[in-house]
Amino acid sequence: MVAKNSELFSDYDSGGYYCEMFGAPAGRPPAHTDKIRKRLGRLKAATLKRRASATDRELFNLGITFTVYSEKDAIDRVLPFDVIPRIISAADWKIVESGCIQRVTAINKFIQDVYHKQKILKDGIVPTELVTGNPNYRREMHGIDLPFGTYVTVAGIDLVRDTDGRFKVLEDNARTPSGVSYVVENRHLMQRAFPDLTEKIGIRQVSNYGMKLREALAEIAPPGVKKPRIVLLSPGVFNSAYFEHVFLAREMGVPLVEGRDLIVDGGYVQMKTTGGLLQVDVIYRRIDDKFLDPVQFNPESMLGVRGLFEVYATGRVALANAIGTGVADDKALYAYMPRIIRYYLSEDAILDNVETHLCREPEGLAYTLANMNELVVKPVGESGGYGVVVGPRATKAEIAEARARIEANPANYISQTMVGLSVSPTLVGNRIEPRHVDLRPYIITGRKSWVLPGGLTRVALRKGSLVVNSSQGGGTKDTWVLE
Amino acid sequence: MSSLLARFAENSFWIARYVERAENLARIIDVTETFARDEHGESDWTPVLRLHHDEESFTARYGKVDAANVARYYIIDEQNPNSIRYSIRAARENARSIRHLISLETWTQLNVFYNWIAGLTRRNLKLGDLSRLCAEIKEGCQLHYGIAAGTLYRDQLWSFYRLGTFIELCDQTTRLVDIKYHALLPRATDVGTAIDVAQWNALLRSASAYHGYRRVYPQEMTPATVAGFILLDPRFARSIPHCVREIRNSVTGLLGNAELKHLSFAPKALDELGELAGWDVDKVIDYGLHEYVDRVQLRLIELGEAIADTFFLARYSAA
Repeated sequence: MVAKNSELFSDYDSGGYYCEMFGAPAGRPPAHTDKIRKRLGRLKAATLKRRASATDRELFNLGITFTVYSEKDAIDRVLPFDVIPRIISAADWKIVESGCIQRVTAINKFIQDVYHKQKILKDGIVPTELVTGNPNYRREMHGIDLPFGTYVTVAGIDLVRDTDGRFKVLEDNARTPSGVSYVVENRHLMQRAFPDLTEKIGIRQVSNYGMKLREALAEIAPPGVKKPRIVLLSPGVFNSAYFEHVFLAREMGVPLVEGRDLIVDGGYVQMKTTGGLLQVDVIYRRIDDKFLDPVQFNPESMLGVRGLFEVYATGRVALANAIGTGVADDKALYAYMPRIIRYYLSEDAILDNVETHLCREPEGLAYTLANMNELVVKPVGESGGYGVVVGPRATKAEIAEARARIEANPANYISQTMVGLSVSPTLVGNRIEPRHVDLRPYIITGRKSWVLPGGLTRVALRKGSLVVNSSQGGGTKDTWVLE
Repeated sequence: MSSLLARFAENSFWIARYVERAENLARIIDVTETFARDEHGESDWTPVLRLHHDEESFTARYGKVDAANVARYYIIDEQNPNSIRYSIRAARENARSIRHLISLETWTQLNVFYNWIAGLTRRNLKLGDLSRLCAEIKEGCQLHYGIAAGTLYRDQLWSFYRLGTFIELCDQTTRLVDIKYHALLPRATDVGTAIDVAQWNALLRSASAYHGYRRVYPQEMTPATVAGFILLDPRFARSIPHCVREIRNSVTGLLGNAELKHLSFAPKALDELGELAGWDVDKVIDYGLHEYVDRVQLRLIELGEAIADTFFLARYSAA
C-alpha cells in the first residue's frame, strides 16, 4: 500500500499544520524538497537512528554543551540535534532576508532616534513611557554618535511560519542573541555524518559567519584606527553560553577575554598580555549592559571593566552591541514595530507581526482577560520561554494563576493569538513524527546589513509542545537555504 | 592571534606546577610508607607534616599522626590545600580556563583523573594498598605530561607550562632529599645493615633515580652519593642543574617570541640558581644540606615572583 521509496514517511501526518518538508496540509509536497525526500526515503528509520546516535556522541565528545539553570541545580547538557534538516526554498528565503534587513534597519534608526531627538516619541507613534520606563533604557547614551548609526551589530529575529505558510516575526533580539554557534556546528555535523544527504544539493554555506562578523566589527571601530584590535568579552567559563563564546572567538580569530583581562589605562581600554598592555579598539561583548562597568552601572559587578563606559562615550572604543539596545527588543515595543518600520522607512513591513495585545492598554487588557483560553500570554521582561502560558493548552489552574499575575501587573504582559507553528519531520525513537519549529536568522550590521543564510531552527521535542527554547527541552535542526 | 593573555599564561604555568606537585607528593608518601614498614613506625610520618608546615592544622583535625590519617590528609582531604586531591582539582580548574587553547585530550584526561581521585575513600587508603595507590596517582600525572608534551602547540603557552614544570620539580626534589636525608642519617646500630641499604634504595626508587644512580655508582651507596646524585647530577631528570637548564631554555624560548622581544627578563634569582646548581655534594654537606636546600627554595620563590611580575602582569591587580 505504501510506495517503496517513501517508507520512512509512510505514516507521517503533519496534523493540519504547515510542514517544512511536505508543505501545506492539503497540497502536494513542494518541489524544493523533492531531492531530500527521495534521499531520506531510501533510508530505513533504524539506519537513520543509528547514524543519528553517532552525531550525539560527537556532540558530547566535542563538548558542545550548554547549561540549564533551574531552581535546584545547573546541569551541562548536550543540545539535542535532530538529523532531519529543515529546508527553506530560495524564494522563501528572499522574503525572510529582506524582511529581516528591513526590521534591523528600522530598529537601528529607532534606537538612534531614541538616544538623540526622540522624534518618534514626540510624534506620538510610540508611547514615551514604553521607552523611557524600560529598565534597559540608558540615559547616558543620549547624544553619543556611533559609526553608521549602527547600534545592533548582531541581531536575532525569531520567526515562525503560520498555517498559511507565511513567516511572521515572533520576537526581536537586539542585545546578546545567542545560538549561532549551533547553526555552524549543526551544518558541520550533518556534512560529516550524512554526506550522502548533503552532497550536490546546493545548500548556501554558513561557515563564513565568523569572518563576516569580524568584518562588521572592524567597520564600526573608532574612526582613524588602521588595524583595529577586536576582542570577545565573555562572563567566563560558568556562563551557560560559554561554548558559543569560545566558538565565536575562534571563528573570528580574536582573543576571548573576561573583564579582568581588560583595564582602562591612558584613556583607552587595554588588554593584559604577557608582552604588556595592548590597546583594544572593538569589544564584542556577551555581557549585559548592567554588568559592563561597575563605575557606571551595577557597582557590584565583577564581570566588567572599571571605566569602560567613559572610554566608550568618548569614542575611543567600540562596543557591539551598543549599550542601551534593550529599548528595542522589549516585547511590548514589538507590537509597534510595523508602525516603526513605516515611520522610518516609509514601507510596509515585509514580515508581519503576530497579532499582539498589550495589557498595558485598557483594550488590550480587556481583550486578553476575556480570551485567556485562546491566547498565549507572555511576560514582557523574561526570555527563554519562562512565564509563558499557552491558553489552549493550559489547565484551568494555570490560566487562573496567569490571570492573577496579569491583574497584579498588567504593564508586564502581552498576549498573542496562538500561531499554528509549522512542523518539521523529526526522528522520534524509531519513527518520523511532526514537531513544531521556529527559525532564528542572524543579521550582522556594520556599514550594511548581512543575513546569515539559514539560521537556527529550534524544534520542540515534546509531542505537541510549542515551546522550542533550549532551556526548556528544545532541540535544533540543520537549516538549509537552497541556492 | 599571537599575543597571549597574561591570565592564560598563568593558567598554563599552574597546571604544570599542580600536577608536578601532586606527583611528587605521591612519591613522598610512597617512600615514607616504605620506611614505615620497618620498625620505625609512626614517627616516620612527621617529616611529611613538617615539610608542609602542616603540624598544627593536621593535629587540630586528625589528632593522631599515623599512616591512615596522614594518607587521608594528603591524598583525599579536599580542605587541605596541600593534598593531592586539591592539587589535581586546581590543575583541572586552570585547564578549564584555557580549554580552548589546549588539546581536547589534555582536558579530558585531567577531568577523568580528578574525578577518579575525588571518588577515593578511606577504604582505598589501607596501608597495604598505599604503595599501589601512589603508583596509580603517579601514573595519572605522568599520563598528563605525556599527553601535554605530545599535543600542546609549541608557542608561549608551552613555554610557561615548561617553566611551571621545572620550577615545581626543582623545589620538590629538594624537599624529597631534605626530609629523607636526616631520617636516613644512620644510627650506629643501622650502618651497613639490610635496613640501611634498603632505605637508600627506597629513596632512589621514589625519585626514579635508581637505574641512573647504579650507572654512576655501580658499587657504593652512602648518604652523600645518593643525595648528591639526586640533587646535583646534571643527567638525572629531576636534579637541580637539569631543572635550571630547562628553565633557562624556556626563558630563551619565550623571549624569542616576536611579541616578547622587547621585554627584559634576567632575574638575579635565576643566576643564583645556576650557581647553586654547580656545587658538588661535599660543598653542600659542609655548608649544611638543609641550609642549601633552603637557599634553592628561596631562589625558586623569587624566580616565580619575577615571572608573575613580568609576564602575568601581577602589578595590574583587579580593581
